[in-house]
Formats: sequence, structure tokens, C-alpha cells
Amino acid sequence: MIPFIIRNIGQRIVLLFFISIISHAIVHLAPGEPSLVDPSNPRMKAEDIQRIRAAFHLDEPLYIQYVYWVKDLSTNELKSFKDNQPVLKKIWDRFLNSLPLFVLGILIIWSLAFPVGIQAALNRGSIFDRIGTFLSYALISIPGFFLSYICIIFMVKTFNVPVIGMRTFGLEDAGLMLRSMDRVWHWTIPALMSAVAGVAILSRYVRSQMLEVINQDYIRTARAKGLSENVVIYRHGLRNALLPFITMFGLTIPGLIGGSVIFETIFAWPGMGRLGFEAILARDFPVILTLNFISAILVLIGTLVSDILYAVVDPRIKF
Amino acid sequence: MTEITKIQDAEALKPAVSLFEERWYIFKRSRLAYSSFLFLLILLVVAILGKILTRWIVIFDPQLVRLPEKLLPPLTPFTSDITPVEDAPAFNIYLMGTDELGRDVFARMLEGTSVSLTVGFVAVGISVFLGIFFGGIAGYYGNRKFGFLTIDTIIMRFVDIMLCFPTFFLILTVVALLPPSIYNIMIVIGLTSWMGTARFVRAEFLALRELDFVAAARSQAIPEWRIIFIHMVPNAIAPVLVSATIGVATAILTESSLSFLGFGVQPPDATWGNILADGKQFIFDAPWITFIPGFTILFVVLAFNLCGEGFREAFDPKINERL
Repeated sequence: MIPFIIRNIGQRIVLLFFISIISHAIVHLAPGEPSLVDPSNPRMKAEDIQRIRAAFHLDEPLYIQYVYWVKDLSTNELKSFKDNQPVLKKIWDRFLNSLPLFVLGILIIWSLAFPVGIQAALNRGSIFDRIGTFLSYALISIPGFFLSYICIIFMVKTFNVPVIGMRTFGLEDAGLMLRSMDRVWHWTIPALMSAVAGVAILSRYVRSQMLEVINQDYIRTARAKGLSENVVIYRHGLRNALLPFITMFGLTIPGLIGGSVIFETIFAWPGMGRLGFEAILARDFPVILTLNFISAILVLIGTLVSDILYAVVDPRIKF
Repeated sequence: MTEITKIQDAEALKPAVSLFEERWYIFKRSRLAYSSFLFLLILLVVAILGKILTRWIVIFDPQLVRLPEKLLPPLTPFTSDITPVEDAPAFNIYLMGTDELGRDVFARMLEGTSVSLTVGFVAVGISVFLGIFFGGIAGYYGNRKFGFLTIDTIIMRFVDIMLCFPTFFLILTVVALLPPSIYNIMIVIGLTSWMGTARFVRAEFLALRELDFVAAARSQAIPEWRIIFIHMVPNAIAPVLVSATIGVATAILTESSLSFLGFGVQPPDATWGNILADGKQFIFDAPWITFIPGFTILFVVLAFNLCGEGFREAFDPKINERL
């Protein structure tokens, strides 16, 4: 077990090294430098641009820029091009904003997808199953921002609640009760919207896993022993069907950055995805690169955790 | 070839239905998938007609601006005195209303059909080509050494690296940094989505390369690229077809998300995505500019997804148990 983990971590560190090189190359080789963002500004003279490029090491060869980036990142000296703030602190602040939305979204996904998927599998071919199947395809197929707009209009018109941003402006002096209700409303809709596609995909997956397990011999044996249906389904069936979802759980972690760009933009939520979007607009290379790097780390940690959990949970897997 | 067919006919050796026909019957049994397939065929005709009618024989002009006619609801007849008669829409009616510049939404949707589908198909074409190429090489030459690593290891590690990038964020970064162009969007979506196909093809090839027909082909000194691409790829095409169908749906959705952020296909080219993204500012005054492209995307993407799922069921070898 221990050698397996160490070997896995070693492989992942090598992967991470290549990922950082590739993402550095992609960002720096693409046309359009930060110094060219505002070419129409008459006050920017050629020597100013030269000075800026020198200050950010943009005039050095690519591999030296890479070394500078790694050195600054590891000593926490990396500064954003845009406002000269430390990059890691900026990302950490936004991370704390993204986290509640992400956790809430995951909770919604997992607590809705499992009951729906299991029911659909148990009553295969029933009306519930068919409607569920069709609905889940429809929810995967609808553009997320379109659904969000419909939902925002509907919520604002019927319940008269604010949904944009993290809190309502001007409520700072209101009572605790009012403020927390306000927060809850602001969380619910974005979390729900970002969870919709996840619920649809995961419930399909739960259904097919359950179907696979229900037809196994040991389920028939459990029934033949005279166990009650609940015990058969939830103790013998569900436990075995759960195994692949450990992998799924590891893979949801990177959604923290990549999946949230659209929803954080719609709901004006100051999270990591939006930070990335703003950084892209401003050609803020250190922020883009570091976000990319962090999300790659998240993916690798996610797969590592799921590999280890898989081995811990399933006694059939040996090393 | 005809010789063989004749002998087969004479000796009644020819199978009653070919493998493809058999799968096709299974596919047709699923009514939802089959009707989606027919819907997509109709859509293809609409896209080609739309391209002809908006570009070459201009009956519906998607770029004609008629400012006095802006934000008219759908099915408004053309009755303006200010706008010259030669600027009237086809059949004197705005089938789907007009947008904030008085452009005919129906004409724009028609143009968008061909552009959106082109984006989807070209992006998937690139990703399928790359997936088959890398997957095929990794699967066929798997254990050949290249330095101290096998070719299989190099390619599959590269696939792992590509899978670690957050896809949408990567697409957004590249599209935002490159000059805006419809070709860049297609290429970038294609380049970031081939990894799944490569994995399927490699897995199929690992099994296929041990089979007799590959050994037979090799014994006849057929060049290796021919064995890979002419003999083996058709046998591994089923999962590729499934993921390609669903890939078109994903590409259309990705393009619309990019349009929403302002990095999609740029005007004057219309796609469903950018009509929807432009319309969202007028959602209260002119909801049709948002809802028409929104529901079009929903139905088309749904059709692609259902169709892909139908293919998956039809090509699933386990289906025989249920026959």
C-alpha cells in the first residue's frame, strides 16, 4: 500500500512538471502580450512599453520566464501584473468565496441524484424512469446560462428575492435574521443552477450502476435467503453500486475552477472562476498560470484520493 | 468482389442481414433515438438551405439593418412607410420578429444553423481525427520502445496531462488570447476534446491487434498505416461514432457559452450562441430574441444526445441478451 502511494505521488509530480511547462508555453506563446492590452493609449511610448516588459521579465527568453515564475510561486513572491497584489493571496480570497457555493452544489447533486437514480433503476421502464431519463437529457442539453436567466427572472418575479451577487447592498445594518436570510437566498439559486447538469449526469450514472448490480447473482441469493427488500437493495445492492462513485467524487474537485466561470459571471459572484475570467481579459499571466496550475493540482489530488479510497473500500483490489 | 458475392449467393452463405443492418434495426426500435435522427437529418437540410438562401441567393438577408423596425414581436407583418419596400423581409412578414437593429431574427437563425452546425462538425472532426490517430498508434505500436519509454506510455501520459487541464478554462484562455476567428474556435474546441476518443480507440486496438485478421493482413506485407487505418479502424469505430455524436452537442454548447462571455463567433457571422448572448440584454422588452435561439439549442443538442445514446445502445454487445 505505502509503496503504491509513493509511486503514485511520484508519477503525479512528474505529470505536474509537464503540465506547468505546457500551460506556461500556451499562455506565453499566444499572441497578445500584457503590454499590448491598451495600444491606443497615447501616453504609452515605446520606451514605457520596454520598461514594463523588462519589469515583468517579458523580454527574457521563455525558459527563463518559466524559471522566474516557478521561483516566485514557490517563495510566494508572485505578483499580479494588474494590481501588483500577491497572486496566492488573491486566489485564496476568491477561493473562500467559491467554496460555499461549490460545497452547496455538491450537496445538492449528491442528495438528489442518488434517490432519483435508485428509484429509476428499481422501477425500470416505468413512467418515472422514462420522465427522469428524458428530463436528465433535457437538462444536460440546455445551455446553463439560458436556464439561469429563465430562473432568475422567475425567482425575482414570483418571490421578489435578490439573487445577484453575494449579498444585497445596503443591508449591512439590518438584523442578523434578515442578513442571514439574504445570504441564503443569494447562495441557493447559483448553487442550484450549477448543480443542475451534475444532478442529471450523476442520476443517469447511478441508474446504470444500480441496474448492473441488481442483476447480479448475490442479489438473487440475498432475496432467496428471505432478506427484506430494503436490506437487499440498500445493504447488498447500493453498497456495491457505490464503488465507482468514489472515483466520481475525486473528479468533481477540479470543478471548483473550470465549471464555475459561467455561473459566477451570471450571478456576479466574486469567486475563482470569475477571477480567472478577469485575469484572461487583462492578460494577467501570473494569475492565469497559477489558477491553471492549482486546478491541475486539484485534479491530481482528486484522482490520487479516489485511487486510494478505491483500494481501501474494495477488498478485491490488491497491489 | 462480385465473384465472391456470386459464390456466396449460390451457396447461400451470405448472411441474411449484415452486421450494420442488424445494428440499424436495433437503433430504429428506439423511437426517441430514431425520431431524433430524422430531426437531425431535417436540420441538415435546413442548414444547407439556410446557407444557400442567406449567402448565395439572398432571399433572407440576415445582415440587413432596418432601424425603424427594431424589436418587433414574431409574426409581425411588414407595414412600414419609412423602410423602403426593397428592404422588406421575405413574404412580407417577420416570422420570428426583429432584434435591436431591426434585423430579421428568422434570417439570422437560418444563417446561424449552418454556422453552428459547422462549428460542431468541424470541431468534432478534428477531435475524432486526432483521437483515432493517437489512439491507433498507441494501441498498435503499444509495446514498441522509444528510448526507455514505450510509445504507449508516452501517448497515454500525454492524454493524462491533457485531461488535467480544466477544459473550459483552457478553451477560454486560448480563444481570448488568439485573434477572434471562427476557425480558431473550431480548432481549439477540437484540440481539447480528443482524449476520450483516443482512450476508446486504444482500448479497442489492444484487443483487435491480437486477432487473426490483423495477423493475416500483416502476413501479406500490407503497409502498417493501411492495417491501422483501413483494416482496424472500421472495427473500432462504434464507440467513436457514439462519442462523436455527443461531441457535436458539447461543441455547440461550448460555443454558446463562449458567445455568452463574448469570445464566441464574432459578428457579423450569426450563430445560435451569439444571437442568444446578444438577446439577453433585451430579455424583458424582446424575450423572443432570447427564447428562440435558447430553445433551438436545447432541442438540437437534445437530439444529438438522444441520437448518440441510441447509437450506444445499438452498438452495445450486451443488447443481444435482451433481443
